[in-house]
This record gives sequence, structure tokens and C-alpha cells, in this order.
Amino acid sequence: MLQGVLLVAAVSILVFALLYMMPGDPINMMVDRKVPEAKRMQMAEELGLYDPFQEQYFRWIGNIVIEQDFGDSVRYKTPVIDLMKDRIARSLTLCGWSLIIEMLIALPMGLICAIKKDSLLDRFTISGSLLLTAMPSFWLGALLVLVFAVWLKVLPISGYDGIEYYVLPVFALVSSTIAGTLRLTRSEVLEVLNEKYVTTAHAKGVPYKKVMLKHVLRNALIMVSVQVFMSIPWLISGAVVTEKIFGIPGMGNLLLNSIVVQDFPVVQAVLLIIAILTVICNLISDIVIALLDPRIRIALSGGDK
Amino acid sequence: MSDKTMTVNTNGNKKKHVSNLNTEKWKENLQACLKNSNFMLGFCMLASICILAVFSEQIAPYNYMEQGVGPRFTAPCAEFWFGTDELGRDMLSRVIWGTQITLWVAFLGATLQLVIGVTVGLICGYFGGWIDRIFSFLTDLTWCIPSTILALAVVTLIGKGLTNTVISIALVAWASYARPVRAKTMSLKSMAFVETGKAFGESSFALMFRYILPNVIPSLIVMVSTTLPSTILSTTTLSFLGLGSQAPSPDWGLALSNGITYIGTAPWLSIFPGIALLYTVMGFSFLGEGIRDVLDPHMKSQ
Repeated sequence: MLQGVLLVAAVSILVFALLYMMPGDPINMMVDRKVPEAKRMQMAEELGLYDPFQEQYFRWIGNIVIEQDFGDSVRYKTPVIDLMKDRIARSLTLCGWSLIIEMLIALPMGLICAIKKDSLLDRFTISGSLLLTAMPSFWLGALLVLVFAVWLKVLPISGYDGIEYYVLPVFALVSSTIAGTLRLTRSEVLEVLNEKYVTTAHAKGVPYKKVMLKHVLRNALIMVSVQVFMSIPWLISGAVVTEKIFGIPGMGNLLLNSIVVQDFPVVQAVLLIIAILTVICNLISDIVIALLDPRIRIALSGGDK
Repeated sequence: MSDKTMTVNTNGNKKKHVSNLNTEKWKENLQACLKNSNFMLGFCMLASICILAVFSEQIAPYNYMEQGVGPRFTAPCAEFWFGTDELGRDMLSRVIWGTQITLWVAFLGATLQLVIGVTVGLICGYFGGWIDRIFSFLTDLTWCIPSTILALAVVTLIGKGLTNTVISIALVAWASYARPVRAKTMSLKSMAFVETGKAFGESSFALMFRYILPNVIPSLIVMVSTTLPSTILSTTTLSFLGLGSQAPSPDWGLALSNGITYIGTAPWLSIFPGIALLYTVMGFSFLGEGIRDVLDPHMKSQ
């Protein structure tokens, strides 16, 4: 927990420093070129741009922690928080559904592939997942649009006002991240299948299904759940691409547009939120591992109970 | 005096012995590679791409910048195999010229990542202590932000452009080299031959780069070949997002982002650059898998 807070603090410094070093004058972004030099200096003074780094940093982070105020967007002249409100919801819908669907497909498939190792299905799935890793996610998105929206005309090309608009983006996002999860599940299950306690369970006469679910899947899930939480940051970065393809105004799109026009406060805010989300995911994954694995739980709570 | 001669002799003998052993081992590895079907498949795919890249001027029917060689948005036909784009440029020529960019990205990206990652890994593993702790903390920190997004931020800092994108990806991805090199260095550091070198008064620099580094090279080759596909993919992604190569460039990522605008009317604009990219990445993956099978049998996929 403490480590997580430290990491978040360090990341916030990193994010701030990254944009503090940015070339270019933020004032140029805000006002016309004709504004006289004296007026610009005065504006910079008011914004505190001449203050030392640590002062600027503490003002920024203080406002965020105390008032949830991420500053104002230079481009839209509105508070960053207002810009993010709707967009976070859209991004979370996209990422959340992708995660759920990824799990629903990857876990059973990984288990089946491991149990029926070297069968036709297994080989097919593995080659398919290799192909998916090699395939650039934006091209896959384009192909999905081409097939389902242009040729078959069953789904809309872009937009964000209803469930049907999310089907293609979710599948594009899932297919760019599913290969890793699937292969990890498979290799974890394979490893557990070779364990002695599985052989013992079989030898004791435990029903096959029970062995698979209680002994194999549960143990394999420990590593897999770590992977799931670790894959959330990947989903977020994949979402940048997906949102661009399908024109969904989410966090990724906001980040990208702000980077292009150098809207510092927005970039800082989005990066910080993504970093915090990643740290939280890591923490949750630690907790989930502890819940699933009694050995780690005992180690965490300080020796035997 | 006699002491010194002896040292030279032992050193000379040792070196000769080691190099003999190495050449034999390399020959053996090469033969194993030639027998490995993954390696050969990847090698052939990449060789074809290299040929296209080197001779693009002769092979491609038009220059990639030449506009109006045909009507705009011509569908693939006998004259324009891959069709033409919104400025009447020949897509086939643009895809062929694009190979140069991809290979350059692969080369530059791998070199940069290697140089940064190996240097940091060696220094951290060899010296340990506070240097190690600082760099470990930095790598932990970079893990807090997804790599594509961090690369986006770095591009913002150093500016758009192909070379800058490759640099920013290297700045984000070097940790994947540094970590294994560091671990390997730590275990090699206490081995007898390094201790011997130290006793003979070799400098830390020599110990790191002449004693330890050669022993890391096999795993480095495996690492390079397995990370190249992702380097290419992330660079193309940044180009697709509009931060890499800029307008007249035949970059496939840029071509794809352009193609998506016209996907309803001219799907060939996004299909062919994608196939080319997939082909290249698959080539590198097969090659990497083959090399890994040969050099690192423990890692062989189950």
C-alpha cells in the first residue's frame, strides 16, 4: 500500500517534469501572436510560470488532491475535469467490456487447449494467437470496419451513442490483447497439470471434472489473474488506437489531440490518471493473488496463523 | 620478467582456446539454424523484404511521391496492382518503398535499445549498490505508465518525426534488455574467470565489456530477435497516430491511417500496407522463434 502511494507520488513528479521540460511557451498557445511582450510576461507571472519547479509542482498536485482541480485546458479554456468526465465513462465502457469478453474467451480456451494439447484445436488456436500478436491492432480494426460495416453493413462505422457502436471497438481491442492471456492460461495450466498433486488427485480417484476445476484451474488462475490486471494498462494504451479508428471521444482521443496541440494541463492530467489506474490495478492483483493462494496469504499476514 | 611472460602466455592460450571453442559453437549454431524450419521461413521472408528495400528504385514502377500516375482511387487492376490513392499515387510503389522505412526502424530501434539497455544492465549488475537501486526504481516507474502512452509523452517532448518516434520507443523499451542483462551480470560477476581478470588488474570497464559481455551475447541475440516485432509494431502505431513519419513518406502506418479515412470507398488503401506490415512482422517473429529454439532451448515454447 505504502509502496503504491510512493509510486504514485514519483509518477506524478515524473509526469509533471516531463511536461515542465517541454519546449515551447504555453503562453503562445493561449494568446494571439500580436499580444505584446509585456502582457505575456504579466500572464506568465499570474500563472506562476516563473516559479521554481518544486513550487509549481506542489501547487499543481495540491490543487488536484484537495479540490480535484486539474487546471484549465489551454485549448478549450474549460476545466480539465469537465473535459474528462464524459470521456472517462466512454473509455471505461470500452475497456471494461473488452476485459470481460477477453476473460470469457481466453480462460476456457486456454484450459481446453492445455488439456487437449497438440490436438487440432490447440494448434489452430495457438497459430491464430500468433497471427494476432503479429497483426497491428489498427489494421485489424480497419479490417473489422471493412467487413462488418462496409461490406455486411450490420454495424455502424463510427459513433458512440449506443451499444451497437461499441461492438466493433470492443472486438478490435479484445483481439489485440487476447493472445497473451490465452497463451499464458495455456502454459500455466500445462505447468499445473504436470504437478504431483494433480497426479495424486487422479490417483485418489477424485472425479475428473473436480480435479480440473479445483486443483488445476484454481492454481493456474493465480498467475492468470496477475496477467489480467497487468493487461489493463495495455488495454488502456490499446484504447488510444481503437478510439482513433472508431472515432470514440474517450480518454485516448483526448490525450492524442492534446498532445498534437500541446495542451499541457490535459496531457498531465490524463497521464496521471492512467498511472494511478495502473498502480491500483497492480495493488488489486496483489490482493487477488493473496485471496487465491493460501501460501502467499499466510506469508503476507506474517507467518502461520 | 618471467612472471610477465607467463601471464601473456596463459592469456594467449586461454584466448585462443576460447575463440576456437566459440567458432565451433557458432558453426554448430548456424547449422542448427539452417535446419530449423522457423528460422529458414523467417529468413526467406526477410530476405525478400531486404531485396525490395535495396532495389526499390528499380523494382517499383513509380516513385512513391509521384502524383497523378493514374486516376485517383483506381481499384486494383492490371496496371496498378494495389490501386491508387487520393492523389493518384501508385500504392504498389508506396508499399515497396515502405520496406526501407520498416527496416530502418528495426535497425535503429534495436541498436538504440541494445546500447542503452546493455550499458545500464551491465553497470547496474556489476556495481550494484545505489546505482542499481536508482535504475531499478526508474524501471519500476516506467512500468506505471503503459509503454505506448509513455512513448507518446516522450514524442511530445522531443517532437514528431520517424527518428524521434524510434528514439522515444527505445527510451521506453530499454528496460526489457537491462533487466535480464543485469541479472546475468550479477551471476557472472562472481565466476572464476571474472575474478581471475580482476586479480590480473583488469579495469572494471574491461571486465564488463570484455569478460562479461561476450557471455551475455547469445541471450542478447535471442532478446533482439524476439523484441524486434514489437518495436516495429509500436513505431508503426505511433506513425498511425500521426506522430511518426509525416505526409509524403510511404510509411505503412501513415498509409493505414490515411486509408481508414477512405475505407468505405477505397478499401485497398488500408488492406495492402497492412498485409505488408503483417508479412514483415511475421518474418521477424519466425526468425526470432527459430533463433530462440537454437540458442536458448530452455525457453522452447511448450
